[in-house]
Amino acid sequence: MSVFDKVIAARLARGIVTRPIEYEKSGAELKDLVAAKFSRSFFIREVDTGSCGACESEIISATNPLYDLQRFGISFVASPRHADAMLVTGPVSKNMVLALKKTYDAMPEPKLVISAGDCALNGGVFKSSYYIAGGVNAILPVTLHIPGCPPTPLTLVKALLSLIKRRC
Amino acid sequence: MEKLLFELTRLGIVPVRLTNENEVYLEVSPADFKPACLALHKLLRSTVMLMFAEDRRSSEGTFTIRAGFIGTKQRRWFFVEQKVPGPAFGSIAKEIYSANLFEREIKEMFGLEPEGNPDGRRLRLHDEVWSGGYPLRKDFESAVSGPIGNYPFMPVEGEGVFEVPVGPVHAGIIGPGHFRFSVAGEPIINLESRFGFTHRGVEKMLEGRDAASAAKLSECVAGDAAFSHSLAYCRGVERACGIAVPTRGDYLRGIFLELERLYNHVADVGTIALDVGFSFPAAEASVIKENLQALNAELTGSRFLKHINLPGGVSRDLDQASVKNLLAQTAAATRDFRRLREILYASVSFLDRVETTGALSKKLAEDLGVIGLAGRASGVKLDLREVFPGVYDGLKVVFREKGDVLARLEVRLDEFEESVRQIERLAARLPEGAIAGDEVTVGSGQALGWAESWRGPVLYWLRFTDGKLERAKIVDPSFHNWTGLSAAVLDNIVPDFPVCNKSFNLSYAGNDL
Repeated sequence: MSVFDKVIAARLARGIVTRPIEYEKSGAELKDLVAAKFSRSFFIREVDTGSCGACESEIISATNPLYDLQRFGISFVASPRHADAMLVTGPVSKNMVLALKKTYDAMPEPKLVISAGDCALNGGVFKSSYYIAGGVNAILPVTLHIPGCPPTPLTLVKALLSLIKRRC
Repeated sequence: MEKLLFELTRLGIVPVRLTNENEVYLEVSPADFKPACLALHKLLRSTVMLMFAEDRRSSEGTFTIRAGFIGTKQRRWFFVEQKVPGPAFGSIAKEIYSANLFEREIKEMFGLEPEGNPDGRRLRLHDEVWSGGYPLRKDFESAVSGPIGNYPFMPVEGEGVFEVPVGPVHAGIIGPGHFRFSVAGEPIINLESRFGFTHRGVEKMLEGRDAASAAKLSECVAGDAAFSHSLAYCRGVERACGIAVPTRGDYLRGIFLELERLYNHVADVGTIALDVGFSFPAAEASVIKENLQALNAELTGSRFLKHINLPGGVSRDLDQASVKNLLAQTAAATRDFRRLREILYASVSFLDRVETTGALSKKLAEDLGVIGLAGRASGVKLDLREVFPGVYDGLKVVFREKGDVLARLEVRLDEFEESVRQIERLAARLPEGAIAGDEVTVGSGQALGWAESWRGPVLYWLRFTDGKLERAKIVDPSFHNWTGLSAAVLDNIVPDFPVCNKSFNLSYAGNDL
């Protein structure tokens, strides 16, 4: 057996590892919603405007095989031009204001802005700094805020699913 | 040590004070600053580990500038200290390159001109948004109004040379930074990086805080190294104010520090594979990482090991059941990790992509002051856990010589095993007793705190006055190592930049503060 065969055999022996999510039951329904409202795919562009990196780490984890956000038709894309929504993390550092606006402008209509993490709400622990322009909603219209420091992958997945449900 | 003292005496520089057991401060006149730094740099074979200014105008009438070096044989930190009345000080960057960024930092934050430093550009306060003002001066209130400027990138000219600007918003889920590649044909002939996009003014925000609230903020400097940062900070407080940590607290800190290394090293191994398009091991790695972070949460309540460190010890204890769980899960993770390792080595095309890619020679790494994991991959054998062992015993320092992506990958692969070994050792010898001191009084004092994070040395130089922080200088290894990345990618092709970048995996936030 090759190394790959061995690994795959081990994985098969262990069974499906994906973590059950409360929304799992309605997963099919959500998939249908994403299919109907977003042409089968809800694309997100992530922007870091001053985060410490923990939020990014958790967002990446939300796409790992255990949470597997993609199975609902939600995925992260490289360009704002492909995105339905922008997910912003971190307090907005003054240096990022222009880049944040430009990224938003590059997105096609209709577009949503989601902020994630306590810093993105109002600056969080960095609120009073001389170099923080504020939370994301000081710059762009925010539809949904996902709290947490950082929000766990489960929180992220649930919040994104609830948003799609609410909007549709 | 004797030879060192002799050399310094010969130069007319005598150590004036030894504090906190292993910090040697040499107070010199501005004229002697450069010779003293050069002597230490040469004798200790140490890069400038940190260099910073302090606004002491209200108490002493001048600024103070210190350059810190590490004596690995002496097991001591050496600081050269000069008083600068302003508005300028003599640059040492032409002789010791690793001082360059620190001097530029002093210039933009304190308004002190490093005379002789060829690069006067700002690092974090971008010319396009910041009209003036020196945030780390004590009398700073807000930015002064004035005209804003532009950032001049180094032009690379010649037939067929073109620029590829990338960022600050990147294609992946990653921090913001701007990279400007100058390319002739395929190979990169120059990479200029510009940072500061995640500048939050952490050092200024720490000023005036009490020890506990500053500990909380230290965890938000670099999220994937939250434990290392709070550990370095807390050690600084403890050393500055003579606070003892119970042995059990020290052991637990050791365990948590290694747990942080584990989940980050696994993640990086996966992303290195992903960035050459090898997604199967990347998926495997992300499962192992998730399991380790879930373990962190089970043990401490935080997936990123936050809210554990406090001055005087830790807030989370591990009972017997937890220790058992810890050992079982790290053993399981090791099994998975070894299989992942096998997958990587079984793929010739993967090895072909990472071998000789992004090579950084030892000479260049030493000259640029590259430290930590990236340094060890190039043969710079500095590991603070070895220099100042504390609870570590018989630590095997992992290093490679070639300095390519494969070397940085292999350092991670081997360090993972070593960390598991250390966790097992620490857990087996975990002493009984308290995990934190009963009464922790933070008074006045100054000291350096450190931790060998998974990226490399995290340093916090702190001064407390009556329980309040007066100055905090933070150095994340990323600040040293971004320059190393710019050097490592030369002659590589632009499509190989992501994998080179991932193999360093430096923190934007830790660099930008």
